[in-house]
Amino acid sequence: MLNNPNTATRSSDISVEKVALRYGTGEGAVLALDGLSLNVKKEEFCVIVGPSGCGKSSLLYLIAGLEGRTGGMIKVGGRPVSDAGADRGMVFQAYTLFPWLTVRQNVEYGPRRKGMPAAERNRIVDHYLTEIGLAAFGSHYPSQLSGGMKQRVAIARALANDPEVLLMDEPFGALDSQTRHAMQQLLLSVWEHSKKTVLFVTHDIDEAILLADRVFVMSGRPGQILADLTVPFERPRDMDLVMEPDFIAMKREILGLLKNNGGH
Amino acid sequence: MNDRTFFKSLTTPYQAIPHGVVVFLGIAVWVAVLAVWFALTFGGFVKPMFLPKPNEVLNTALALAADGTLWEHTYASVQVVIIGFVLSSIVAVPLGLTMGTYRVVQAFLDPLVNFIRYLPVTSFVPLFILWIGIGIEQRVSVIIFGIFFQQVVMIADAARSVPRDLVNAAYTLGTRRRDTVWHIVFPATLPNIFDVLRVTMGWAWTYLVVAELVAARSGLGYISLKAMRGFQVDVIFMAIAMIGILGLLTDQIFRVLRRVAAPWAN
Ligand SMILES: Nc1ncnc2c1ncn2[C@@H]1O[C@H](COP(=O)(O)OP(=O)(O)O)[C@@H](O)[C@H]1O
Ligand SMILES: [Mg+2]
Repeated sequence: MLNNPNTATRSSDISVEKVALRYGTGEGAVLALDGLSLNVKKEEFCVIVGPSGCGKSSLLYLIAGLEGRTGGMIKVGGRPVSDAGADRGMVFQAYTLFPWLTVRQNVEYGPRRKGMPAAERNRIVDHYLTEIGLAAFGSHYPSQLSGGMKQRVAIARALANDPEVLLMDEPFGALDSQTRHAMQQLLLSVWEHSKKTVLFVTHDIDEAILLADRVFVMSGRPGQILADLTVPFERPRDMDLVMEPDFIAMKREILGLLKNNGGH
Repeated sequence: MNDRTFFKSLTTPYQAIPHGVVVFLGIAVWVAVLAVWFALTFGGFVKPMFLPKPNEVLNTALALAADGTLWEHTYASVQVVIIGFVLSSIVAVPLGLTMGTYRVVQAFLDPLVNFIRYLPVTSFVPLFILWIGIGIEQRVSVIIFGIFFQQVVMIADAARSVPRDLVNAAYTLGTRRRDTVWHIVFPATLPNIFDVLRVTMGWAWTYLVVAELVAARSGLGYISLKAMRGFQVDVIFMAIAMIGILGLLTDQIFRVLRRVAAPWAN
């Protein structure tokens, strides 16, 4: 337990303090987030679960700097967030690979923007393409890939840019369960190698427990953090964990929280 | 492939058909058109004054091609179309992309562009003659006036339909705001841009002929008008056929350009 709040801020990579977000004004205004706070430590893998429409995506967009907050403070790596930047990589729920670039060029996009020399760029791209098992698909266009492959490339593209934190908004939400399980394993192994700070959003509780060091459970709109649960299971984890009694107990606890605070 | 599945493939909605069938049908439609034309003229159903025999049109075309008249006027028309089209496009593409990307530019230009867009181009021809005379500039102006605002609107629409998360992803990868149009919106809409150019090129031909019919001393529209005065209906048909052929040709060129410039979008 940390009793000095300053220590908490310093050791955390993402710090969200009493953040509020309102969409629109007047009658039609939607209060998506209201006084939400959370902290993610360096190299930690945190997952947010919450009912649909509670503001999970909104929170990630705020941290990414893609949306302007109505109130509160967000810091990443100690610096206040004011705009989008390459220090916060993001993988979106929708497929966002650049369709006019090949897989290789997509992964290369961030390093190229930074003006990195070609030799170094190639080394990084090769590394991540191998990591995601798509070394043979470098010259394919995104339209030639399956949904799972597209999201793998999106992960590689975000990591190749070497961001301080990786934000993931239900990246596997559109995939079938078989592919989703494979992607979870792949993400864990990539994360173990890269040791990035990750904030991952899902509404799949199994996925949350399987991936996370800590799970944040969010209330219905306006979204707030109901619980901050540390996941006790040893890594590396695999799918069999889902059948363990301790896993089921944790799942039941989260389900209970969501059921009682599902919003209005 | 047995007969049953062959027939089925032809009658199934959206089903691809064999390449040989595509070519055959493409030729068959022309054979049919020519057959009807031959039947109408040689059968004596239509007076030669209104509809010339196909072979007469061909003979006229060969004669005018041999003495250079056909090429001279074709060249004159092509030149005007290309100048008008290129001048219009090089401004309309960046302007349309900017308008579709920046709401402030849209708010400023939308009312004006949409007002002008609905004005009939033909009503401006007399004004242009008054302002700029009957030289090549007048015909170029008519083409630009006819296609520019349509190009701007269609390209702005394409730019607006770029998925927001594609742009967001670019920001999180270090793209600067001011680079958005050039780095993201332009490549993302490239296939649409080619489609817009292909369609408006067809319109450019229409406006060119309008301009040539009213005031010109050369071009395919001009020789049609002259031919009408001399009741040379075969020359009119030749000019129409020539415009059609050139249209078909430019259409194919744009298809190839699109395939080369945007290979991912096939
Ligand atoms: N651009 C927007 N304008 C207005 N309301 C929005 C906008 N984006 C999201 N919302 C609303 O804010 C709430 C939270 O949305 P979101 O963050 O997408 O939720 P989640 O990702 O948890 O499903 C929802 O009620 C949604 O309708
Ligand atoms: Mg969402």
